[in-house]
Amino acid sequence: MTAELVRGQNHPLPDTRLEIRVSAGHPVVAGATLGDEHGRVPGAEWVAHPGSPSLPGVDVPGRCAADLRLTVDLGAVSDAVHRLSVLLALPAGTGAGRFGALAAPFVAVAGRDGTDLASYTITGLDSESAVVALELYRRQGAWKVRAMGQGYEGGLAALLGDQGLERPAELAASILAAVAPEPPAAEPAPPVADPAARLPEVERVGGATPPTAPDTAAAPPLPPTPPAVPTTGTPTPAMGTAGPISYAHPRRQAAAAPEPRQAPPTPVAGDASGWSMDERLYNQVWGMFEDLARTAAAYRSACDFAESRLDRELDQSLSDYRSRVGGANDAARATARARHDELVERAQEVLDRDLAQLAAEAEVVEPALPPAYARWDSPVWHAYRVPAEEPMAIRLGDLHLPERTDLRIPMLVRLPLERGLWVDSGRGHSEAAGLLDEVELRRLALDCAVAHAARLLAAHPAGEFAVHVLDAAGAGTAALAPLVDSGVLAAPPARGAAGVSAVLEQLTERVDLLQMALRGGAADALPPGLDTARQLLIVHDFPHGFDDRAVTRLRYLADEGPSVGVHLLMVADRADAAAYGPLLDPLWKSLLRLTPVADDHLADPWVGHAWSYEPPILPPGSRILREVLAQVTAARYGKRP
Amino acid sequence: MSVNMTKGQAISLEKRGGGSLTQVRMGLGWQAAPRRGLFGSRTREIDLDASAVLFADKQPVDVVFFRHLVSDDGSVKHTGDNLVGGVGQGGDDEAILVDLERVPVHIDQIVFTVNSFTGQTFQEVQNAFCRIVDETNGQELARYTLDGGGNYTAQIMAKVHRVGSGWQMTALGNPANGRTFQDLMPAILPHL
Repeated sequence: MTAELVRGQNHPLPDTRLEIRVSAGHPVVAGATLGDEHGRVPGAEWVAHPGSPSLPGVDVPGRCAADLRLTVDLGAVSDAVHRLSVLLALPAGTGAGRFGALAAPFVAVAGRDGTDLASYTITGLDSESAVVALELYRRQGAWKVRAMGQGYEGGLAALLGDQGLERPAELAASILAAVAPEPPAAEPAPPVADPAARLPEVERVGGATPPTAPDTAAAPPLPPTPPAVPTTGTPTPAMGTAGPISYAHPRRQAAAAPEPRQAPPTPVAGDASGWSMDERLYNQVWGMFEDLARTAAAYRSACDFAESRLDRELDQSLSDYRSRVGGANDAARATARARHDELVERAQEVLDRDLAQLAAEAEVVEPALPPAYARWDSPVWHAYRVPAEEPMAIRLGDLHLPERTDLRIPMLVRLPLERGLWVDSGRGHSEAAGLLDEVELRRLALDCAVAHAARLLAAHPAGEFAVHVLDAAGAGTAALAPLVDSGVLAAPPARGAAGVSAVLEQLTERVDLLQMALRGGAADALPPGLDTARQLLIVHDFPHGFDDRAVTRLRYLADEGPSVGVHLLMVADRADAAAYGPLLDPLWKSLLRLTPVADDHLADPWVGHAWSYEPPILPPGSRILREVLAQVTAARYGKRP
Repeated sequence: MSVNMTKGQAISLEKRGGGSLTQVRMGLGWQAAPRRGLFGSRTREIDLDASAVLFADKQPVDVVFFRHLVSDDGSVKHTGDNLVGGVGQGGDDEAILVDLERVPVHIDQIVFTVNSFTGQTFQEVQNAFCRIVDETNGQELARYTLDGGGNYTAQIMAKVHRVGSGWQMTALGNPANGRTFQDLMPAILPHL
């Protein structure tokens, strides 16, 4: 079965005695060079060519022809030989000076019994006049063949020079002389005697580098250089004087560009897709969120795997009775532990690499965020202006994983809110909540809710967001002061059962009306005075002041409100409403639970890790909240003269 | 130019220049066989599915297929289920992208499979192929023609595996039978 090789591809050789057929459609010179383990050809006596057609294990034809056969016995070549390159060159003075003018040469490697093992058509050649067609090389004691197709514009001399030979020009001239019908007086030795021409390193270009070059991995990446000579015309005479030779194939420039990723690129804020900077930043933050989730998943699964493998191997060593006597048991356990540690260490390395990259990205992204996405201590809040259009999302807090607690991902939630918010003033299972007394926790919860509401107000254009507050017992007066004092509320916080049911009724009617209009497709039939702003209802102290009817209305608002722009923000301890039993479970479940202290109750949508949520904290003593609300109020009344 | 492979042929592939692969894509394309007879426009739809199974020490630890489009670590992504194949020819109807640099360290082999979810054998599919592409330069590394491929409903296509610090691909091309990758597990294991 013949493997049709592509450039760069390799194939195992089951036979050591091989026949290599060349058909070029035009007379060519065929030869072979033998290289040591570094890929260098030590001297002219390691080159089989028409002037010296036989070396141990290698026979090349002594003439130049369109169809040629080389025979190779890899068992007979010296042990010092690690690489055998089959080369083709165009003879001087036969008309064709470049492979590009001829049919693509075809080479086939056949085994002892005549069956083809691999074949390769050397396509894509242009102004080259010499080419390394194939390479046979030792790999762990066995021989393989690799399709090379490495062409040289500088001809045979450049090819031999690249293989490390001294004075390649003289050798090239003698090879070509051996096949030339008359002494090649008209063709002086190709003028590449310039020593610089033998130093291919300086002009190497990514993918065009010969694969065997020993330094390709270590060499620093060079910028792609343009082809040194135009692809037309006679290349050789110009080369010697024009300085170092470019071995790059002139038409393979494009393919050479995307080579192995070097150091990770410097992160840039807004480096994501989107129509606006707002959208790009939003997508970037979500991209970071997903990357962090997945990086952590990779790390955790590797550690879990290492752990389970260790358990299994320890079990095995224990169950083997024979090894219990003597030290074999201990040795097996030590090996198992070492394997575990090695894997965990590698996983840690990858994790550190990825986390460093994300941390660097967070460092540039965080200061670039607009107010709606920014932390409260960000300087952008001091330059806050009421926006002309609403952003895509708002930030409800920060998320982080235990792998690196200082790497915070902004928790951005799309506007309009799809579900209501619930700031849990109960203890829950959070450690941080356990440290606070109940009163303090409730106060913190309401502070958080006020900050969320202020951010929602600040994110909306003037007059497009209204806030109502239910505070039946008036317990939240102090915390609600920023909202009340700034005059941003449509009405003062509703007190008592009557106040609660009045606000609920008003909002329920609104939802009914809007829904009817939407379903009937009669949006213009709404009453002319209807405020089009979105509405937020802050419910504090639930279920104080609620009767069954009010509770039903609240549930209705939670379910039906978001689609018509009526949103809930509950500040409540679920235990307070325990008297309602499971009746309220759907209500809690329909709300996005946030906490006033750090808590790990949120899961990401990809892997389902538990993320630690941290509420947005106002810097202590900061007046930023009041300043922002004052601007929102001013803009609203400026708009409605 | 790529390697046209027949069933059972295994070839080790390296990136040109000898470097190791960093991103590969397995593409799958097909067209339903036309139905003869009355109601001729009612083609029988054929749903081929591409899957990738991630192994650590010969144990499957994750799988990417039409019900789990992205591996938990995000390194292997499925572009989405295509239920009917391409109306035209040539393009990939389903593809799985692998970012080899991001594959978790314990995963040492990834096996690509193709299954006929609707049960037709490869004999009934037209213009079906699967191929492996080096995503960094778009070069096709290997291609199998599946149609006329005999009385099989699945193929274990290829595997990429760790070699030293890099990755290599081995084309497997092993025919098998099964509706989803789960049915293929016994057939996959000998190739690990």
